[in-house]
Amino acid sequence: MNASSRLPTVDRSLANDDVIQVSGLSKSYRVYDKPEGIAASISGLFRRKHRTVHALQNIDLSVKRGEFVALLGPNGAGKTTCLKLLSGIITPTSGEARVLGHVPWDRENAYRRRFSLVMGQRNQLWWDLPASESFKLHREIYRIDAGHFDRIRDELVDLLGVRSLLLQPVRDLSLGERMKLELVASLLHEPEVLFLDEPTLGLDVVAQHAVHGFLQHYQSARRVTVMLTTHYMKDVAALCQRVVVVMHGSILYDGSLAAFIDRYSTHKLVTLEMSNAPNPALLARWGSDVEVRGPEILVRVDRTQVASVLPELLEIPSIVDITVEDVPLEEIVASLFRSNDSGNSRTHDGAPA
Amino acid sequence: MTAMQTKSPHSSDGSDYSLRDHFRIWRTMLTISLEERLVYRGDFALGTLLRFLPIVTQVFLWTAVFSAAGRSDIAGYSKNDIVAYYLLAMATRAFSSMPGLAGSIARGIRDGSIKKYLVQPVDYIGFLFAMRVAHKLVYFAVALGPFVLVLFLFRSYFPAIPDVGTIIAFAASLFMAFLIGFFLEATLGMLGFWFLEVASLLFVYMLANYLLSGHMFPLDMLDGIATGILGISLGDVVKMLPFEYTAYFPAAIWLGKISGPAMYQGLLIEAMWVIVMAAACRLAYDRGSRHWSAVGG
Repeated sequence: MNASSRLPTVDRSLANDDVIQVSGLSKSYRVYDKPEGIAASISGLFRRKHRTVHALQNIDLSVKRGEFVALLGPNGAGKTTCLKLLSGIITPTSGEARVLGHVPWDRENAYRRRFSLVMGQRNQLWWDLPASESFKLHREIYRIDAGHFDRIRDELVDLLGVRSLLLQPVRDLSLGERMKLELVASLLHEPEVLFLDEPTLGLDVVAQHAVHGFLQHYQSARRVTVMLTTHYMKDVAALCQRVVVVMHGSILYDGSLAAFIDRYSTHKLVTLEMSNAPNPALLARWGSDVEVRGPEILVRVDRTQVASVLPELLEIPSIVDITVEDVPLEEIVASLFRSNDSGNSRTHDGAPA
Repeated sequence: MTAMQTKSPHSSDGSDYSLRDHFRIWRTMLTISLEERLVYRGDFALGTLLRFLPIVTQVFLWTAVFSAAGRSDIAGYSKNDIVAYYLLAMATRAFSSMPGLAGSIARGIRDGSIKKYLVQPVDYIGFLFAMRVAHKLVYFAVALGPFVLVLFLFRSYFPAIPDVGTIIAFAASLFMAFLIGFFLEATLGMLGFWFLEVASLLFVYMLANYLLSGHMFPLDMLDGIATGILGISLGDVVKMLPFEYTAYFPAAIWLGKISGPAMYQGLLIEAMWVIVMAAACRLAYDRGSRHWSAVGG
């Protein structure tokens, strides 16, 4: 085997094709509660009560090369199930999927060498050994040419600023440091598709920021296709052009982040800074959810009313300052999750950015 | 879908890992697991040495049994034979026992950490095997001294050293004992794909293994005990099971309790069990990892 055939290079000819194609994908689980004890274990071998959970129902999705897609949804909506299916960890109940032309759950090595799955707080690094040892194993598993491996590793390590951590046992590192090294490990073989499951879970703001900066740079430099699940809207705002909202196993929204905000953000957030103690009752007639924070008073004003409400607000005596903002993404998403808590409605909107 | 199936540079060489590639992966796994094992050297050394304690109690127990029976011979075993048997069975179990193997596989399935082996182009069973070889190498590095010392101290209990043919058969049976132990425990661990918690099953297995492997007493003592069915003795039943190859059989070869055609037949059955358990392990993994719903995150 010569060195050049070992080098994984991104095939530009596929640039405009769908890298991920999913149609009618469904996954149901049979779950049961297992009683304790050896007698129950043995009787449980023969008979068990199951109930069926529909984790994903008839999902259609296609993702082009170089897209950065956020999968959003409340806990248990099916986001992680979707990533598990696409990375071949589980097999679907029905439906089809192709990633890079492969059926993921066939688990062909040819496919497994071309993608990576990063699960927040899940260790692919050896706990008691320095990360450099785990990287060496990756070099062999993915058959990366030694010289090329060194270059890639150095580049990733420098981008994330973790060179000094390479020789420390992983167990001695902080969560943020570990996450950065996990990212390095998962990118050593230069995957064309990257699945990130809660990559910033539990990280502090500084580490989150570093991970965002890195992912943004890496993704745009290499045109990697990325699917990310997260609960942090900061991840979404910083990284993703496209948002797929999953609720109760179905896709509720699929489109650009901008169109998403436009569609679901019904209110603007108006903040008034007052010179005296703010009186919430004063503002109730203009909007909902009036909230007092120190000298500031916040009110959510219907978007269509903002233009007419603002002049009236300025009439209020003792106003020092006034700002008008979009409602934070968290709030939009949270209210969407709440309002659709029982529904299975499904809309597709907007073209991917 | 046709456009998506365009070949990339990867797909041409991705699926056909050569033997050399496998060897390189395996060698790296081996060195890494060696390093990992050596991290907790204190615990490891202590655990290894404590394994020798039971032999002392066994010697006392059988001394008492023989003096109470008032005989110099029980089921064809003298007191010296019994002690020698114990030491050999213990040595065999050092090859065939797999502490923590099934439990760690089941734990990986339960907490989801096994996922990384499903998404990487690596064979999980091969990986476990490399880990276990490393585990045993470190174990023997630590235990070799004490083993030699104990065997030296008890040398008068042993019969004369057997001929080369027997030693080779003994070595072959030990090697296969390792393989049977590995695949058996790994298969039990893989049952976690269906049951998630296998602790109860493992307990049953350990109990059965303790009784039926010859760890507790030489199994030919069962030969005379009738089951009452078609004139089959309990010993005949036990011979059909894989357990005796993980302790009794190699010890019996060294002591000359089994020789000639019976020994070759035993080696053949042992080899058959290796194949059966390896196939069972592979089947359990392939079926199990497809059945599994990857709950637990």
